[in-house]
Amino acid sequence: MSKARLGEEFWKKTDKVNAELFVLTYGSIVAQLCKEYDDYAQVNKELDNMGYNIGVRLIEDFLARTNIGRCKDFCETAEVIAKIGFKLFLNITPTVTNFSPDNKQFSLIFDENPLSDFVELPDDGRAQDELWYSNILCGVLKGALEMIQLQVEAHFVSDVLRGNDHTEMRVVLIKVIDDELPLSEI
Amino acid sequence: MSSGSSKISTYKKTSIFERNLNRIKGTEISQAAFSFLFGEIVRYTQKRVQGIYELEKRLNIQGYRVGQKLLELIRILQFIFSNVWKALFNKQADALEKSKENEDEYMIVDNEPMVNKYISVPKEMAYFDCAAFIAGIVEAIMDGSQFPSKVTAHSVPTQGFPNRTVILIKINESVLEREKYLK
Repeated sequence: MSKARLGEEFWKKTDKVNAELFVLTYGSIVAQLCKEYDDYAQVNKELDNMGYNIGVRLIEDFLARTNIGRCKDFCETAEVIAKIGFKLFLNITPTVTNFSPDNKQFSLIFDENPLSDFVELPDDGRAQDELWYSNILCGVLKGALEMIQLQVEAHFVSDVLRGNDHTEMRVVLIKVIDDELPLSEI
Repeated sequence: MSSGSSKISTYKKTSIFERNLNRIKGTEISQAAFSFLFGEIVRYTQKRVQGIYELEKRLNIQGYRVGQKLLELIRILQFIFSNVWKALFNKQADALEKSKENEDEYMIVDNEPMVNKYISVPKEMAYFDCAAFIAGIVEAIMDGSQFPSKVTAHSVPTQGFPNRTVILIKINESVLEREKYLK
């Protein structure tokens, strides 16, 4: 079965909640962080950190529900993230594109982003340049992938909220962590 | 918008009013995604408080903010634009716009207001618009939803729509102050 079909199948079996509740709740926490930190860079960092904490736990849920085996390479990982991971949790399928020649970097393009629906960045002259509103997603990817021995770096390079044409996240594989038990010993 | 420094104005800014209003209406996301997010919010908050009372209070504030958003200005405008128009006239209004000149003005456009359909206005009364009646309905709804406003109707005919009417909603200053505070 294709990854996209698999994603659909899993999505059907998922318990769901109203997307608006999710959007507003996320908005509320971002607003809270902006209030607590003067600096948007700090807000980005905290969102990333929150995402990391989520990712670390989310991967377990993901693996338990999908029962997907090990990906053969980073390209397949990218496809699973986009077509199954995002589908399963946020009901979206970002496009995977711009692989680097060594296949260690790719971009996720978000045509739709449920985190930022109905959002307008404050007109304070800084948020447009400094705040990555959906930064929590970068943290989620980092945390989740780290749990399956892939150390990655993820960051947004553009965001429609900032007036860019599209929302793009760049994911870079730093290294494969080799602290796994040999398969024969499991 | 008036407060834009030269820097901001270089951005191609699509206002939220240009996006589809019902984009996520009825859409869903996974319960797990919500639970993970919520769990993290609780953890984050917990680190910053002393005791359960304070934690609950902080969560209460977070929830309050969500509740307020549900009653937000844009939402009430949307509600009038679609639900109220549908209930009254059996169709959606034709456009919901934010005034470019004035921060506090919104416009609901109806190309063919029902109340104007069978009434022809004599030439010497060209500025008269029966849609003042609709403006009254809208004003009552705005007031009743805690968004006191002054609502007026203006005929702005176009080639195709001689009866085209703009319902101009001028929001009370107190509301804008409140909205600012809520941000």
